Amino acid sequence: MDPLLLLVQALNGLQLGVMLFLLAAGLTLVFGIMNLVNLAHGSLYMVGAYFMAAFQAWTGSFVLALLLAVPATLLVGVAVELIVLRRLYDRDHLDQVLGTFGLILFFNELVRVIWGPAALFVSMPQALSGTVVLLPGAPYPVYRLVIIGVGLAVAAFLSWLVTRTRTGMLIRAGASNPTMVAALGVDIRLLFTLVFGLGAALAGLAGAMAAPLLSVEAAMGDGVLILTFVVIVIGGIGSIRGAFVAAVLVGIVDTVGRAFLPILLREIFNRQVANAAGPALASMLIYVLMAAILVFRPRGLFGAKG
Amino acid sequence: MIGRILALGLAAVLAASPAMAQDKVKVGFIATFSGPGGVLGKHLHDGFMLGIDHSGGKLGGLTPEVIQEDDRLAPDVGLQVAKKLIERDKVDVMAGVIFSNVMMAIYKPVIDAGVPFISSNAGPSPIAGAQCSPMFFSTSWQNDGAHEAMGKHAQDKGYKNVYLMAPNYQAGKDALAGFKRFYKGNIADEVYTTVNQLDYSAEITQLRAAKPDAVYVFYPGGMGINFVKQYGQAGLTSQTPLLSAFTIDSTTLPAQGDAAIGTFTTAFWAVDLKNPVNEKFVADYQKKYNDIPSTYSAQAYDTALMLNAAIKDAGGKVSDKKALADALKKTSFDSVRGGKLKLNNNNIPIQNFYLLETVKRADGKLVSSVRSTVLTDHKDAYSKDCAMK
Repeated sequence: MDPLLLLVQALNGLQLGVMLFLLAAGLTLVFGIMNLVNLAHGSLYMVGAYFMAAFQAWTGSFVLALLLAVPATLLVGVAVELIVLRRLYDRDHLDQVLGTFGLILFFNELVRVIWGPAALFVSMPQALSGTVVLLPGAPYPVYRLVIIGVGLAVAAFLSWLVTRTRTGMLIRAGASNPTMVAALGVDIRLLFTLVFGLGAALAGLAGAMAAPLLSVEAAMGDGVLILTFVVIVIGGIGSIRGAFVAAVLVGIVDTVGRAFLPILLREIFNRQVANAAGPALASMLIYVLMAAILVFRPRGLFGAKG
Repeated sequence: MIGRILALGLAAVLAASPAMAQDKVKVGFIATFSGPGGVLGKHLHDGFMLGIDHSGGKLGGLTPEVIQEDDRLAPDVGLQVAKKLIERDKVDVMAGVIFSNVMMAIYKPVIDAGVPFISSNAGPSPIAGAQCSPMFFSTSWQNDGAHEAMGKHAQDKGYKNVYLMAPNYQAGKDALAGFKRFYKGNIADEVYTTVNQLDYSAEITQLRAAKPDAVYVFYPGGMGINFVKQYGQAGLTSQTPLLSAFTIDSTTLPAQGDAAIGTFTTAFWAVDLKNPVNEKFVADYQKKYNDIPSTYSAQAYDTALMLNAAIKDAGGKVSDKKALADALKKTSFDSVRGGKLKLNNNNIPIQNFYLLETVKRADGKLVSSVRSTVLTDHKDAYSKDCAMK
């Protein structure tokens, strides 16, 4: 195995990881603090991407569109929280799953009604569209490096927010024991709205950043939602640090597995068998990882409760 | 009051009379209209309706009633709506169907019900081969055609080392098998990815390291948008030619953007294919729908033209299903392909396949433009298994 190739694949994995982190950070807080299973988190990611496409078509600028798409998704998130989710906090998880699954269907249809069934296009700024040679013989797309940079910056900001500010203190306290936080006189409803808005903004940022790489289409958030749930379960529900570590872990395991597992299998089996089994096994790898971690740490790597 | 009762009575008598029923033809049109595949259904339906417009708003002189149903890309839903169209709506003929898995689910029930069935897109191999039927027709192709054409092109072009990629499901495997039927050079690697995978950075990194002469991919729908964009962003399009089928067309190009320029695809039809029927079709389609037609629209347009010609030949008697099927088999009409549509013994077209290159047109729109003819009067490989003459 070429070590240079492994390094580039690790970088690809890191990029997927920070993307997953942006989604997982919001989801884990909402799950941890509000005790709400929000299946519609992927829809906010999709809404972010659609806003990005719409605002870019309108302003013609990538940066402006990004600056508009994130707060717009935040507003959608807050509206969803106020109109729908507030009614679900006191219900059990099954009702929440049903309610937020309904939201997925609603948003998938809504974007189709507004923007039509065809996938939309989002371009990346000219300056970021090239490749740079990081290592000899391995050019790497600049835009993907920018995503890594933005993801790490957001992670640093969240770490500061959660560990160094009063809001962060409330968030952490809310994740450990929301009833006690409410009993101490904190306006828990406001905290919930704030946390949900933050989660929505991060999901919107992930969607908007991913839009130039991906096909912006209805249901684009459904697949990524499953990966995000894997991340928060591995990381431990309610933990930002856990979400970060797990996101990078899942990103790297998934990418490296996809790249090298079929090659490794070929050493053992013939090409036909390896080609058939390789992709299937590679796509299972993160679930195997999740199962293995849950055996040793049932609450995930950094579980807040317990 | 008395007048109204009389009018109602008269209407009831008219509705019951068989002469009234013969003025109309009911077409059951199944396609995928919702979800990410919904754009394909729209193109299919738009093409079909334009075909009716160009037949004077009629089908063989009868007033068409097109009953549109959404299969939601689910075989069980497809089966449900097909049964509804046959049993409740009592359609005279069935058309449409984008995806092969839906086609396989509804094919037998429709044929067994004795309803003539024209596929406007899906052409799975069993239907082209052993399970062929005199009630089934296609105005599209057998699924392998475009893949075989690209294999032939790669062979003719002298590529020695081609890297193959497709999603890990039956159609993906069939695609690469079709390519390899005509390409005899070395396979640098054969990679199957998860269906609906979003990110291809891992695969693209491996591909770059393998340094192939060319890359051949089959990534329909959103997968193709993701792959082509990411391939372009990795700076590979100019280095390693990207060959594809069912990956780049006018339903995906607006979302793929400039990353698709300079990529190659194979198809039986293109926007700039030179013949009078096609020129009229393309011009009016753009006028009516403000959109560039795709192969889906072209195939469904031919479905309407074929129905129009056959119903005319059958003297407008659509109630005799057997006679209508015979008329469909014998009829002759000018296709968007240029000239008359020729059907093989399995009722699937015998046709040319072209190499297309994606270019930016003078109006700034991206289109796949004809470069050369790769396969002439191509017959699918399964027709020999079909017992029909």
